[in-house]
Amino acid sequence: MPKINLAVYWTAACGGCDVAILDTQEKILQVGELANIVLWPLATDGKYADLDKFKSGDIDVCLFHGSIRLSEQEAMARLLREKSKVLIAFGACAAFGGIPGLANFHRREEIFHRAYHETPSTSNPNGIIPETQVRVPEGTLTLPEFYDQVYSLDQIVPVDYYLPGCPPPVHLIEAAIDAIATGELPPKGSVIAGDKSLCHECPREKQEKKVQGFKRPHEVMVDPNRCLLEQGIICNGPSTRSGCGARCTTVNMPCRGCFGPAPEVLDPGAKLVSSTASIMDANDEASVAEMIGTVVDPAGLFYRFGLPSSMLQKKRQGGKVS
Amino acid sequence: MNTNFEPKIVGILCNWCSYTGADLAGISRIKYPANIKIVRVMCTGRVDPTFVLKAFQQGADGVLVSGCHPGDCHYVDGNVKAMRRAPLVTELLKQMGIEEERFKLVWVSASEGEKFAKIVEDMVSDLKKLGPLVPVGGAVKHA
Ligand code: FES
Repeated sequence: MPKINLAVYWTAACGGCDVAILDTQEKILQVGELANIVLWPLATDGKYADLDKFKSGDIDVCLFHGSIRLSEQEAMARLLREKSKVLIAFGACAAFGGIPGLANFHRREEIFHRAYHETPSTSNPNGIIPETQVRVPEGTLTLPEFYDQVYSLDQIVPVDYYLPGCPPPVHLIEAAIDAIATGELPPKGSVIAGDKSLCHECPREKQEKKVQGFKRPHEVMVDPNRCLLEQGIICNGPSTRSGCGARCTTVNMPCRGCFGPAPEVLDPGAKLVSSTASIMDANDEASVAEMIGTVVDPAGLFYRFGLPSSMLQKKRQGGKVS
Repeated sequence: MNTNFEPKIVGILCNWCSYTGADLAGISRIKYPANIKIVRVMCTGRVDPTFVLKAFQQGADGVLVSGCHPGDCHYVDGNVKAMRRAPLVTELLKQMGIEEERFKLVWVSASEGEKFAKIVEDMVSDLKKLGPLVPVGGAVKHA
């Protein structure tokens, strides 16, 4: 069987997805047998120009991790889409916007102000803010444009498959490698993960849920066997897609939703409002208000890995927040 | 401020009390602004917060959910469920830059046509003061 051409690329991401690929251990050797790695900035030397020699569709599979914030990232997403037969949104950032997507709670100006003026570690006496072009005696220097919001990959280009997770777990990466090797790919648009909510695979014991208030994980001694919601710890399990093997909840950490919304969930925040509200032991407005007060940063919690792909996508400009 | 601005309100009303209340307002020929478009559901307990977010996503300037008074819900405690969700929806919306005046949960019985008209009137005037909800803009870049 001829080797396939494989590209691995990253944009706004932490690099954990690259490490996850390496975590497949000896399976990575199979990747070497299976594929010519034509681009992988973390592991091989490569330049933009190397991509130009490929005709459109010459790359068989591209694993793309990271969300899109810069014009350069958008250009690379478009280029790799054109050159690749199969484009896989690899990891929560590419698939839903991920942690970098939390920046959608702020506008570009606010982010620049914070980063270039406010942070204690910033010394910027001339108040310089990056521009896309700057003239210096030697000529014009350019930087990519910083967009006003973060996008998931499929908001920029059509995506063939999603491999969610922060980072995707090894067993699913291996499943994807096997699917590519055998050519037995699922229907386009599939999410390579489970098709239920995380609660279905979470081994914790579930009983009657009625809580008097909410706590953050560090504020309680967690009972290792009982459902975290029943212990008053908000867990994103009810709205999150299964397939990770409950790797957080089995070690006493609540789910934060890196597998993205479960099937049929249009907006994880809306669903988590429902599930959180449904377990409150409060039947009048005053006690409801008191209990809601113990939910710290609901939007940041419910959209932890998917603000850009949520229904509202980003904070509205001009809206006042009390 | 644009004085010609007519806010669009999506009203989600329970079948048994509030929809009948709104109907009463109509039958009694009480005048209230035509800014509200009413969707009838069986109970406020049926109002998934997804409905509210979707209304805002699709261009509503305000969303009004109205049901039976606590204790009067025809499904016993559907409205208590709505009551528990509403403040969390408000908090979520505020973090998304959507002012709290834009989302309301109220109780209107079948006999409170006048109250319903007043609620809509007040909400319209609040929303006129706030102005239109800025659309999210540049949502999906490809497609
Ligand atoms: S039936 Fe009116 S609120 Fe439940």
